[in-house]
Amino acid sequence: MTKQFLLDGQPVPFEDGQTILEAARKAGHYIPSLCWHQDFPPHGSCKLCIVKAAGRHVSACATPAKEGWEVESNTPEMNGERRGLLQMLFVEGNHFCPSCEKSGNCELQALGYEYEMLTPRFRHFFPERPVDASHPDMLLDFNRCIFCELCVRASRDVDGKSVFALTGRGIHKHLTVNAESGRLADTNFSKDDLAARICPVGVILPKGRGFAVPIGERTFDTETIRSKTLKEEES
Amino acid sequence: MSPAPAPARKLRVATTSLAGCFGCHMSFLDIDEHLFELVELVEFDRSPLTDIKDVGPCDIGLIEGGVCNAENVHVLREFRRHCKTLIALGACAVNGGLPAQRNHLPLSECLREVYQFRPGLENGQIPNDPELPLPLDRVRPIHEVVRVDYFLPGCPPSGPAIWKFLTDLIAGRTPRLAGGLLHYD
Repeated sequence: MTKQFLLDGQPVPFEDGQTILEAARKAGHYIPSLCWHQDFPPHGSCKLCIVKAAGRHVSACATPAKEGWEVESNTPEMNGERRGLLQMLFVEGNHFCPSCEKSGNCELQALGYEYEMLTPRFRHFFPERPVDASHPDMLLDFNRCIFCELCVRASRDVDGKSVFALTGRGIHKHLTVNAESGRLADTNFSKDDLAARICPVGVILPKGRGFAVPIGERTFDTETIRSKTLKEEES
Repeated sequence: MSPAPAPARKLRVATTSLAGCFGCHMSFLDIDEHLFELVELVEFDRSPLTDIKDVGPCDIGLIEGGVCNAENVHVLREFRRHCKTLIALGACAVNGGLPAQRNHLPLSECLREVYQFRPGLENGQIPNDPELPLPLDRVRPIHEVVRVDYFLPGCPPSGPAIWKFLTDLIAGRTPRLAGGLLHYD
């Protein structure tokens, strides 16, 4: 007999070693995420996949499912905490959607819509994060970085280049480029790298594309991140 | 949904633009023929639509734009004092928006760049008339200066979003922008 746990009262089957997030999505239930990617080990930094399992808060992406667990995810309490996490992500960086090329295709923004975040609520940090436009094909706008490390992992584990790294601690943590000059142009980074396509927000952007697809006709202008994620899981 | 019963008296509404571009006010006018319904339900106090200069006791205050200078702080506090319900209208009021993108630059550098070093400028100098409000070192969203009751994001929020929000509020419902009406861009 297959093992199962209860997600918001619904039985979800799982295999040993599967995380709550993997099993839930496979069974057609949406648990949000920003730093999680099916091709990489869990990172557990964005915390948006937070669920209450057996009464404790855990990251669904990093917690193996257990037989008979009762897991709460799509509840006012958990969604409220997700909204709070999103608000913290928004004030920690400089997220100005109207002037961002990624607007409409941005997962952070799409989750803001999904969880009806109307205000960042907290005091803005307005951190100073200069952009790097040195590379001929790609632009780095660090203002929008959420430290998910997807580019770090993709560049290191798939592209074999280790172009990116996170450095500093706490509020001083930031994304850096692995070159003595610190400039992207002085690395072997290419627009064909996986790291060039994997950013969930608007940090790593191709040059020369801009607003080719107008605001209003973009991915999350026509579809919610919930339905897009579940559709991708099915295919 | 049955139409809301008409309020006993018209609600009084004030609007203003602080560090904004009046785009949100333009979008407000984009509710088009709903304006006729709206004026049956509300009357306007201080607003660019009435040209009344000082805000009086109001039910609803709509604030477009962030807070970039001392006059903005003064006007915003006046609105808070006089409006039962204060609403941040649009991206700049909600998070500072475009004007806040000067926040990582020293203010003196911004002023010198514009008024002293801009190409083609002769005898440039930084304006220093006592009538000019002093700029703040950083542009702030309005919730960092006063308590704000509701937020309506968007650059600008669309006419339908503003209409949905106002009709919810006037009917006594908690305003909700679900689905396609919620946008940050």
